[in-house]
Amino acid sequence: MSPTTATPAADPRLEVRKTYKLYVNGAFPRSESGRVYAVHAASRGRGAAAGAGSRTGALLGNVAQGSRKDARDAVVAARAVVAGWAGATAYNRGQVLYRVAEVMQGRAAQLAAEVADAEGLTAARAAATVAAAIDRWVWYAGWSDKLAQVVGNLNPVAGPYFNISAPSPTGVVAILAPQRSSLLGLTSVIAPVIVSGNACVVIASQDRPIPAVTLAEILATSDVPGGVVNLITGHTAEIAPWLASHRDVNAIDLTGAADATGVDWGTLEAAAADNLKRVLRPEGVGSQAQEPDWSATPDLHRMTAFLETKTVWHPKGR
Amino acid sequence: MTRFDYAPAPESRAVVSIADSYGLFVNGEFVPASGAPFPTLNPATEEVLAQIGEATAADVDRAVAAARTAYQGVWGRLSGAERGKYLFRIARILQERAREFAVLETLDNGKPISESRDVDVPLAAAHFFYHAGWADKLGYAGLGGSPAKPPKPVGVVGQVIPWNFPLLMLAWKIAPALACGNTVVLKPAETTPLTALLFAQVCQEADLPPGVVNIVTGAGATGQALVEHPGIDKIAFTGSTEVGKLIARSVAGTRKRATLELGGKAANIVFEDAAIDQAVEGIVRGIFFNQGHVCCAGSRLLVQESIHDDLVRRLKRRLQTIRVGDPLDKNTDLGAINSATQLARVREMSAVGEAEGAERWSPACALPERGFWFAPTVFTGVSQAHRIAQEEIFGPVLSVITFRTPAEAVAKANNTPYGLSAGVWTEKGSRILWMADQLRAGVVWANTFNQFDPTSPFGGFKESGYGREGGRHGLEPYLTTGATL
Amino acid sequence: MTTVRPSVAQPPASASTTARDLLGVSRLTDAVLRRWLHGLPGVDQVGAEARVAGLGTRSIKTTSKAWAIDTAISMIDLTTLEGADTPGKVRSLCAKALVPDPTDPATPRPAAVCVYGDLASTARNALGDSPIHVAAVATAFPSGRASMPVKLADTRDAVDGGADEIDMVIDRGAFLSGRYLQVFDEIVAVKSACARSDGTSAHLKVILETGELATYDAVRRASYLAMLAGADFIKTSTGKIAPAATLPVTLVMLEAVRDWRELTGTQIGVKPAGGIRTTKDAMKYLVMVNEIAGPDWLTPEWFRFGASGLLGDLLLQRQKLATGAYSGPDYVTID
Repeated sequence: MSPTTATPAADPRLEVRKTYKLYVNGAFPRSESGRVYAVHAASRGRGAAAGAGSRTGALLGNVAQGSRKDARDAVVAARAVVAGWAGATAYNRGQVLYRVAEVMQGRAAQLAAEVADAEGLTAARAAATVAAAIDRWVWYAGWSDKLAQVVGNLNPVAGPYFNISAPSPTGVVAILAPQRSSLLGLTSVIAPVIVSGNACVVIASQDRPIPAVTLAEILATSDVPGGVVNLITGHTAEIAPWLASHRDVNAIDLTGAADATGVDWGTLEAAAADNLKRVLRPEGVGSQAQEPDWSATPDLHRMTAFLETKTVWHPKGR
Repeated sequence: MTRFDYAPAPESRAVVSIADSYGLFVNGEFVPASGAPFPTLNPATEEVLAQIGEATAADVDRAVAAARTAYQGVWGRLSGAERGKYLFRIARILQERAREFAVLETLDNGKPISESRDVDVPLAAAHFFYHAGWADKLGYAGLGGSPAKPPKPVGVVGQVIPWNFPLLMLAWKIAPALACGNTVVLKPAETTPLTALLFAQVCQEADLPPGVVNIVTGAGATGQALVEHPGIDKIAFTGSTEVGKLIARSVAGTRKRATLELGGKAANIVFEDAAIDQAVEGIVRGIFFNQGHVCCAGSRLLVQESIHDDLVRRLKRRLQTIRVGDPLDKNTDLGAINSATQLARVREMSAVGEAEGAERWSPACALPERGFWFAPTVFTGVSQAHRIAQEEIFGPVLSVITFRTPAEAVAKANNTPYGLSAGVWTEKGSRILWMADQLRAGVVWANTFNQFDPTSPFGGFKESGYGREGGRHGLEPYLTTGATL
Repeated sequence: MTTVRPSVAQPPASASTTARDLLGVSRLTDAVLRRWLHGLPGVDQVGAEARVAGLGTRSIKTTSKAWAIDTAISMIDLTTLEGADTPGKVRSLCAKALVPDPTDPATPRPAAVCVYGDLASTARNALGDSPIHVAAVATAFPSGRASMPVKLADTRDAVDGGADEIDMVIDRGAFLSGRYLQVFDEIVAVKSACARSDGTSAHLKVILETGELATYDAVRRASYLAMLAGADFIKTSTGKIAPAATLPVTLVMLEAVRDWRELTGTQIGVKPAGGIRTTKDAMKYLVMVNEIAGPDWLTPEWFRFGASGLLGDLLLQRQKLATGAYSGPDYVTID
């Protein structure tokens, strides 16, 4: 740089905005419906505890409004990849999840800004939330090759047989992502599902989808095979029933039914009974659904909810 | 030469005394049912064994209230060690009265005495013995809590069981529930209530606190009243996938838990290098054990094409030694079909198999004139598209399908909405482990079939239901593990 | 039912020709035999033993039991194989065989008396012209550790002494070390040595000594090797090694003869020997013969018990069935 060089009078630079798209089968398509919906920032200071739906801030972007057909395509993608993902070594899956944390770390500032906008957090709280989300990936990454040891066991049957029970992934899991916690909550529902070898179709927080889209970009660049996580933005109430009744979906996590506009989790659970999906109910009392406190260290239940215990017998003889 | 045909060797009925009629077992006492009595038959003779009381919704309500009172007042407060001692007591009484239970089970269910004597009753006792030991060790189970502060019971459990293993299914349900500190209301199947009612006497003999175990008899309506009762915290059901789905819908949107042990259409896969004589036995055990009234029955024989003819020939030769007849005869291998309804279903599905073009074969065997009987039946030339390859028949009917490669075997085995069990027969160890990984089934029997043990978790993938029964895993549904619901 | 007399003339070396045809080879070698024997289906120990346990729950009562007791008696090779055996002991055993139960002349007689080769003529003389056979152990019984000329001389000696049946032992060392052709050749040679000058031949039982073979897979292979080499009977044990006959070993051998007949059309007999002492044991064996090999094997021609004490217990049970009262050892003669 030369101090003598005259700087030409520059035009104010126009920012390049992003088109927020879906993440299906490792690619970023627009919704097949061609629809988008406007997403606004939350008003500052309301905090993560604030209810969804209060969107008074600036326009953040026009986000793809996924349709039932997008969800259907996502299920096809998840089904196609799930055997391979489940068949990968646990060590490999653990490294892939850890890689997500690594890539997230590099984009922490972007994520913090988006979380701040989405959830109406101060910069400091948003940064702390992003840090917690990164650490959650690390936490779950380490579980990949311990889970079978902790939840599986040898069974001392009364006969000359070797008998072992080990977990295997349920298959394709539909996830209603939390409506409020746009990144930490999202991470907390995706990581436990995929760490064991499931593939998932996630409906992002309806009003706070932008961190989810960025997470999708991170997943796409961090060795997670395309199709293992598919992310649909749009209206939860529109898409969720199709996933709940989809016969090629093996399980559904209804956590994000809490505060989702027009969503009754009991109706979704009833639809899931058609093919006896495993259902992870939202937290809460009675028919009330409540989004959990994501800051607490998780336990195993979000992993075990999407595991099947397989027991294998073999005779012991000469 | 004289044929070595074995003379009749009937087990004596004298060990059981069956009352003319039975009420319900509520709060530690036998009480009259409000509904209309219905008969329970000996399916081998169509003899009416007793009149059974039908529990109405009001009766169910009283039973649930008794269970709630017992849970809050006694059982939920009792130490694990004391709960365990009650279960040990029950296990011992079942062992002591084993012959009585076996004969009664055979009379009411139609299964051979050799099975009720050697399988059902000993396993039922073993389940109580196994779970008794858990009662004061739940904090060590890795299911939440700690040794000092064990996980909590769920509360009052409604349990609905099928007619194929009446006492054994009762044990699978009641033993873990009680060990974990829950109280139960159990409904036995309409056609096989007698051993559950005898078990109620065992509860009295063991001085089990009133209301900890309640038994309500009846048909579907009684079961529905129990499942839908708001005072129930958890449903444990074993039965058809159809009813399982109704239950899953019924609990949807509530905080009631459910575990469902449902139907199956298991593939029993025989490779060309299998230990062939043991494979034949495994096929027989897989589909003809308990008249094929087994949710995990190996009803689809997937045989490698290269040995199809040899295996089928060996199987048919073996089936000619199957002894069909009086279930009380100690030499009977295949007993009666449990009910006229089930017999009609088995007949219908077999007719469908013939109509679809599969080749039907049964050994020559004389069936008794009275009672519900069906000869062991093998369909060859079956393909995946046939209904008899897709639908659960729940009878002594085997469908034989061929495959060429391990991958094709896996694809065909998994090509079903069910996922309860599977069998693999090969002498190649690495293939067994690969197959076990690939098969979408809750139980994989390699070089064996239809083995059960209290320590071994049992339950299905996909539409075969969810939850596990038995083993450490089987405790989980009966505990509040610390995870939020 | 096909019947094969124990003294049918056999052209020498026919077994080798038959074996080459069956295996589709021009020359028999260890490698060829290994490939064939190791191509047989395996035996799962747990499954085989479970099958036996299942059959063991058969309950044999009343008329069926009476038939089975008489059949079992008629299948016994009444045996004495002691270093202390004397002509007197053998004659006493033969007397017992001729009149098993002096209180009931309808009692069937055992199939044979089984002795060491040097006592074959004593036994033959004691049995006179009764249809009871003399079986003699040969080929350096029980270890089989002797040179081939000695084994063949041992065999010829017994045949010359009047033995109707020769119970030979295989060379377990050769079998376990994979020298299958040696085992095969020895059986073929002993079979030749069973030939009599009149063109007939003594019946050849081949003892596998299953207690030394250790696995059911080896029992199956040894059974097939013996059948391939021309055995008329395959026999479990010498009685000098524990375990001797067991139900699962006999199951595997019954499966072998059943499948051999389907493969070749030739029926081979089975003889469990050693350790079978009670009527209850014998009933279990007969049930197994009935349900595994089939009723065709339920005659002394195709199934034998090698036993000494079994006869006494069968007679006790026979008396119980006849009188309705439990009998005691004082009512059954010792041999």
